[in-house]
Amino acid sequence: MRSERAVDVLVVGAGPAGVAAAAALAAAGAPRVEVLEREARAGGVPRHCHHGGFGDRMVAGVALPGTSGPRYARRCVDAALRAGATVRTGVTATGWAGPLTLDTTAPGGLERLRARAVVLATGARERPRAARLVPGSRPDGVYTTGELQQAVHLFGRRVGTRAVVVGAEPVAYAALDTLRRAGVHVVAQVTASGRPEAPARRAAVARLWHATPLLTDTEVVELTGRGRLAGVRLRHRDGRGGHLACDTVVFTGDFVPDHELARRGGVPLAPGTRAPAVDAASRTAVRGVFAVGNLAHAVEPAGAVAAEGRRAATAVRRFLATGEWPVPHAAR
Amino acid sequence: MERRRHGRVTRAGNLPGGAYDVTVVGAGVVGAAVARELARHPLRIAVVEASDDVGEGTSKANTAILHTGFDAVPGSLESRLVRDGQRRLAAYAAEAGIPVEPVGALLVAWDEAQLAALPGLAEKAARNGHHEARLLDAAAVRAREPHLGPGALGALDVPGESVICPWTTPLAYATQAVRSGVDLHLACRVTAAARDGDTHVLTTGRGALRTRYLVNAAGLGADTLDRLLGHDTFTVTPRRGQLIVYDKLARDLVRHILLPVPTALGKGVLVAPTVYGNVLLGPTAEDLDDRRATGSTAAGLAALREQGARILPDLVDEEVTAVYAGLRAATEHDDYQIHARPEQRYVTVGGIRSTGLTASMAIAAYVTDLLAETGLRLGAPRDLAPVRMPNLGEAFPRPYQRAEMIAADPAYGAVVCHCERVTRGEIRDALRSTVPPVSVDGLRRRTRARGGRCQGFYCGAAVRELLEGRDPTRPARGDS
Repeated sequence: MRSERAVDVLVVGAGPAGVAAAAALAAAGAPRVEVLEREARAGGVPRHCHHGGFGDRMVAGVALPGTSGPRYARRCVDAALRAGATVRTGVTATGWAGPLTLDTTAPGGLERLRARAVVLATGARERPRAARLVPGSRPDGVYTTGELQQAVHLFGRRVGTRAVVVGAEPVAYAALDTLRRAGVHVVAQVTASGRPEAPARRAAVARLWHATPLLTDTEVVELTGRGRLAGVRLRHRDGRGGHLACDTVVFTGDFVPDHELARRGGVPLAPGTRAPAVDAASRTAVRGVFAVGNLAHAVEPAGAVAAEGRRAATAVRRFLATGEWPVPHAAR
Repeated sequence: MERRRHGRVTRAGNLPGGAYDVTVVGAGVVGAAVARELARHPLRIAVVEASDDVGEGTSKANTAILHTGFDAVPGSLESRLVRDGQRRLAAYAAEAGIPVEPVGALLVAWDEAQLAALPGLAEKAARNGHHEARLLDAAAVRAREPHLGPGALGALDVPGESVICPWTTPLAYATQAVRSGVDLHLACRVTAAARDGDTHVLTTGRGALRTRYLVNAAGLGADTLDRLLGHDTFTVTPRRGQLIVYDKLARDLVRHILLPVPTALGKGVLVAPTVYGNVLLGPTAEDLDDRRATGSTAAGLAALREQGARILPDLVDEEVTAVYAGLRAATEHDDYQIHARPEQRYVTVGGIRSTGLTASMAIAAYVTDLLAETGLRLGAPRDLAPVRMPNLGEAFPRPYQRAEMIAADPAYGAVVCHCERVTRGEIRDALRSTVPPVSVDGLRRRTRARGGRCQGFYCGAAVRELLEGRDPTRPARGDS
């Protein structure tokens, strides 16, 4: 009872990279370009990033400021739709039924979609607490930035009163903004690194303007509390330690590519990474399967992965026209 | 067929008046099984549970194995009840929709001492009535488990060992008990016990509860309750087991339950598939005093990873989905502590260690017989209300794969939790079920929602919205 259908290009994931690839393909005249998005709305992670800076660019030496995440996400999706791509939300690609053939689940039923090329743009996620093997109890109040932003920006949920933010990559500063917006007092920001891994201005604003202490060379070594988080135990590189009382902790950054579909399709990963191995044209080792965006290299800003999606579209068109695919190293 | 009154499920407010015929303290897998077994009889039955859900203590954090009992102490009560319970639960699981996968077990020997212990274990298995256990040489082991680390010298093959869903099992018991008339009072801790003539009067956080007969299935608190009743025959020394759950992409690395060979130097850890399609590594075994110490430790996790890397080297390269720790209700005794006190109309079910899940239905039948011997008039048995639990297992079709379910109700095609492929229809069903969840963890144990590799990065906020009765596809703000 699975209905079957054929398309030319199937893009999995309607984040900035996926919709940019679809928009470029459709604009260049590829007839049936379909984007599958498992969430209820297209746009990817920028949908819940309410800070600005999306789509910043330089034109003739002049910096043109970008916009907020949700606006940027909408703009990207609209561009793909205008170009003639189909974007289907609430559709999950559950697995491969054969080469370039994906099974899907949606409220409308089960489908089997056969494509001439597949572009995987499934993105990346932050490693949650368990995957970081942070010991201790399993209380409520433990977040990744992704869950925190959705809770606050999409649903207006209350998250807590006193928070500790783990990490100092740019995403950690986005988490700080979200917590402030939600009225949560940030007790401290903690990083195992020796200094912030984000632009100096951003780090300075957090530390000086918002007076959020940044504890460098410091790790969270235990979560405490039963039911609700009571605090985090910290250890500094020099051996000193302490307990910070808080009811919320946000584990930020430490992105890992969402490679399930790629791996289920037999796509080899690049050695030493969790990302599919791709060449400069975003081609994986599996004929006809491309990987773009943060799936291929966690993580780059939205504008960068969108540009990558557009470049990949050129390679996809070339493949559709010529059928040429590089022979993998092992087969040479 | 007679019309049966549904029991009540309460989490707040005063307890109902009047006396129950039987009250079971503890809604873990054992207490729930006892209540279900008693529910066949025309009795007024209550279960009181300190936490706010079924299976919230030891029952939720174990190794999820349906044991054959091949390695039990021959002749012990535990051996008998595990063997009987395995048979009963396997049949019940098929009927009630509890996922079970009969993957079999290999006890892998990594050194000469372990290899030398295998024939004795095969003999012990035979004395426990399991004659199918076979010795395998190193080449045969490698053929069975190609991803095993180097150095496996041989193994004992124990067919019949299975993996089971430890969450669905107590829920199925409790659901069937409640549908058959049992009252389930959650968030109801017993703090004192007294007598009023022939009646027990339990003091709880929600007022007094009167009952003619009493069953103590309080798990880690069983000795405390036993002392309230005036007995001092065992002490629970919680034994902590930390476990690491690896991502589903690790599932193809292992085919059997890989059990350690117990030797004088101690017991190692196991690597086992789960019915959810993950791989489990653990448990540690740490004797503790604190009955609430269900946290993991850096030392425990490091030790597990070290042992896991030897057993299945590729495993530790995969992502970790979850880490948890459970406390087994060990005592100073080598066997279950099940005692009837006819003069008190009281049965203690204590010291049910890691085999409790497997033995639960046999324990329930045994306890019911003890209650009858104690003087409880059971009355004529009748059929229990039917129960069919939602399938959480990967070996059986799940709603997102079922065209006919989605056609009848599109909510089964709306995937909310992407890592575990849990649909909106399943979450809705859980919230409307006989024993509904009140926490994200309770919802996870009923649906797997939020239990996957992203631990809520994608779906966490939406799942919480659903739990609170809101529609996450209509955001309050932002995204419009």
